[in-house]
Amino acid sequence: MSTATTHDEHHHGAPSGIMRWITTTNHKDIGTLYLWFAFIMFLVGGAMAMVIRAELFQPGLQIVDPNFFNTMTTMHGLLMVFGAIMPAMVGLANWQVPLMIGAPDMALPRMNNWSFWILPFAGIMLVSTLFMEGGGPNFGWTFYAPLSTTFAPKSTDFFIFAVHMLGFSSIMGAINIIATVLNMRAPGMTLMKMPLFVWTWFITAFLLIAVMPVLAGVVTMMLTDRNFGTSFFSAAGGGDPVLFQHVFWFFGHPEVYIMILPAFGVISQIIPTFARKKLFGYSSMVYATASIAFLSFIVWAHHMFTTGMPVAGELYFMYATMMIAVPTAVKVFNWTATMWRGSMTFETPMLWAVSFVFLFTIGGFTGLMMGVAPVDMQYHDTYFIVAHFHYVLVTGALFAIFGAVYYWIPKWTGHMYDEKLGKIHFWWSAISVNVLFFPQHFIGLAGMPRRIPDYSLQFADWNMISSLGGFAFGLAQLFFLYIIIKTIKGGEKATTQVWEDAEGLEWTVPSPAPYHTFATAPEVR
Amino acid sequence: MVARKLKCALCGIWGAVLLLATGNAFAEYPLNLTPGVTDISHKVYDLHMLVFWICVVIGFGVFAVLIYSLMTHRKSKGAVPATFHESTTVEIIWTTIPFLILVGMAIPATKTLLALEDTRDADMSIQITGYQWKWKYDYLEDDISFFSVLTTPRDQIEGRAPKDETYLMDVDNPVVVPINKKIRFLITSNDVIHSWWVPDLGWKQDAVPGFINEGWTELSEPGTYRGKCAELCGKDHGFMPIVLIAKTEDDYQQWVADQKAGAAAAAEAATQTWTLDDLVARGESVYNTNCAACHQANGQGIPGVFPAIAGSAIATGDVAGHTNIVLDGKAGTAMQAFGAQLGDADLAAVITYQRNAFGNDTGDMVQPSDIAAAR
Repeated sequence: MSTATTHDEHHHGAPSGIMRWITTTNHKDIGTLYLWFAFIMFLVGGAMAMVIRAELFQPGLQIVDPNFFNTMTTMHGLLMVFGAIMPAMVGLANWQVPLMIGAPDMALPRMNNWSFWILPFAGIMLVSTLFMEGGGPNFGWTFYAPLSTTFAPKSTDFFIFAVHMLGFSSIMGAINIIATVLNMRAPGMTLMKMPLFVWTWFITAFLLIAVMPVLAGVVTMMLTDRNFGTSFFSAAGGGDPVLFQHVFWFFGHPEVYIMILPAFGVISQIIPTFARKKLFGYSSMVYATASIAFLSFIVWAHHMFTTGMPVAGELYFMYATMMIAVPTAVKVFNWTATMWRGSMTFETPMLWAVSFVFLFTIGGFTGLMMGVAPVDMQYHDTYFIVAHFHYVLVTGALFAIFGAVYYWIPKWTGHMYDEKLGKIHFWWSAISVNVLFFPQHFIGLAGMPRRIPDYSLQFADWNMISSLGGFAFGLAQLFFLYIIIKTIKGGEKATTQVWEDAEGLEWTVPSPAPYHTFATAPEVR
Repeated sequence: MVARKLKCALCGIWGAVLLLATGNAFAEYPLNLTPGVTDISHKVYDLHMLVFWICVVIGFGVFAVLIYSLMTHRKSKGAVPATFHESTTVEIIWTTIPFLILVGMAIPATKTLLALEDTRDADMSIQITGYQWKWKYDYLEDDISFFSVLTTPRDQIEGRAPKDETYLMDVDNPVVVPINKKIRFLITSNDVIHSWWVPDLGWKQDAVPGFINEGWTELSEPGTYRGKCAELCGKDHGFMPIVLIAKTEDDYQQWVADQKAGAAAAAEAATQTWTLDDLVARGESVYNTNCAACHQANGQGIPGVFPAIAGSAIATGDVAGHTNIVLDGKAGTAMQAFGAQLGDADLAAVITYQRNAFGNDTGDMVQPSDIAAAR
């Protein structure tokens, strides 16, 4: 490409109409696409959660049959993990990483377009299985063989193809972020000066590249087991069903950190801004993130304590898992120290960030409890773990995403959101989410297994409370949609810096950020 | 229909509000793990409480600092931000202390885990096999073998009858064990992965097809202990409970004798010639216990998942072909080999029932002797 054409493109505004979105290579457009896609999937997956909570509202089978219930739990998990949380994080990265490191765009803009546009097709294919003969995937989002191979509905092959496409998208997104971070930083922006959100995403991108091919491998083995007569996971043919779980969790454990590390980054941006104080222990935060990422590769079998592993294996995975508590604790301490003797104000992004620190910590504690192998023999596959991972993924990852949206939306749209409505959304969500998930600790400990459409009577009261919390939490997110649309349409004009004490390159460009930013690289001292 | 369900749900919500408002004395709010009834389950419970309290203490410490900071270090209270943002000493301290606490937790955890996994020197062995969606128990020393299936009536599940105290927790044949004996369980599966879990014993263990996992228990008090399948195993995962009854040695021996007498009676039944009506009557109950979960009580199956019996080519075609598929199952599908699960009389009855129910009306009759010949 000649320099002349490159130069020309910098003077284009956004093209108009639908073709703008289909052909765009602009990181801001693609970030927006990712975020809207994630939000739509969040509402679809959320609707499925409403079906689940409605069925569990009282004992007995009322609304759906058990097979459809299993389909709902499966699709809810898949859509929330692969359709909502991950794309939302990529959307944030697309918008913010170039702005935060002073780059004009992502390093590989056309690939960026492709990695987004795979997603809607993968998502549609996954959801379309619901309407196929025999129904959609009904074996849980962890799709353990042989339930997902020999005993699965025909639509499973479409699920496998959808997972492959999602994997392509994630790997390309990750390559793009690594290439951008390594090559496109503004002069003077050394690695150890990068904002923490960029650091956490940089590390996350390596996790993605390492484990998405493993996921692709495991679904391919399923595909050949199902259709081409292999027996990777079939004991009858000399295979091993537990092998599935090892391969799956070798992907699956880093995957949960893929969802939470960028959230750590978001929180590390928001808290210093509203505490008006620099992040405490910047370098230890970077090292802690890298340690967590490394440990995530060597703890996978703590999801498998009850599969009949040798005792030595159980001991090793218990010790390694407990180790993760150390860098995670360091992060919580650093956030606390950042707030300590700051000068805090509590605009909506800060509310989400503070609640993240509290509630994610609760999820971290239950995670530590489950790392203790002999006790996990009781906790495993109960509502206790359902409560645990919803605390880390909803009040963790999702709350961080909400915080990030409120934090940066003035930069994206040029309008301040309605502070009063934002606070209502926060309190409404924060209270209802605890009504929803906290009782699940109790019913899990009391012995209620997960993934059941009906339960015995001692669990009835807490389930009803949990469902009521769920309905309230679900409704709150429609309110969030209203707030977002209102902010896009209008609102108080945002200043360049937006927040009184915000630091970072993204706060040096006008609000809304022009279609092309940093055509000339800024100087970082 | 939808309106009725909606109305139900609205009533339910209102009911919940009332319930919460009045603090219903009958409401049950379980909070914690059961301490269980064995040595191991007590150890597991103690470990659970230890880790829990450590978390609570640390949590309170951190949250207290946070809350104090949130209350005090506010701009609205005139707080001026400090400028410190780094301290290697502090980082080292708060890396080391959690590490030491973890070591303190790992020591008792290791001891308990080793005890939990020590299945040596057992007095007797019971093999547990998971099936979709029932459990099979084989007493290896006493040569007793039976299936254990949920007995909660469909009427209760579908809300046409009030629910029992033990809703979804009752089975036809509970697993019976003697007290004060170390019992080793050998756990496997016939189809997908299940997980055998009685919380009062303090552990669960996955039932994996093709592999045998071990667990053990030693009970000291006679009693009835209930559990559930804990690993998602398909449609009726929520409907395959476990009932374990511990008996004194004398009562246990009596139970063993009764089981053997029952097996002899079943063998006797298999040698008789039955009338069509008797076969159909018995077949209906066998069908509802063993077949209806997939093929449905009305024989319609679930399109695309489980084939219908009503009007099916197999159930209305050749008797021998029908018998074979029931005896040997169908490889690569959820259709199990019932030859190993049911006696000749039950098989003859259920095949006869399938050929005459759901409008199949073939008039065919299969006798236990036919099954014996086909085996």
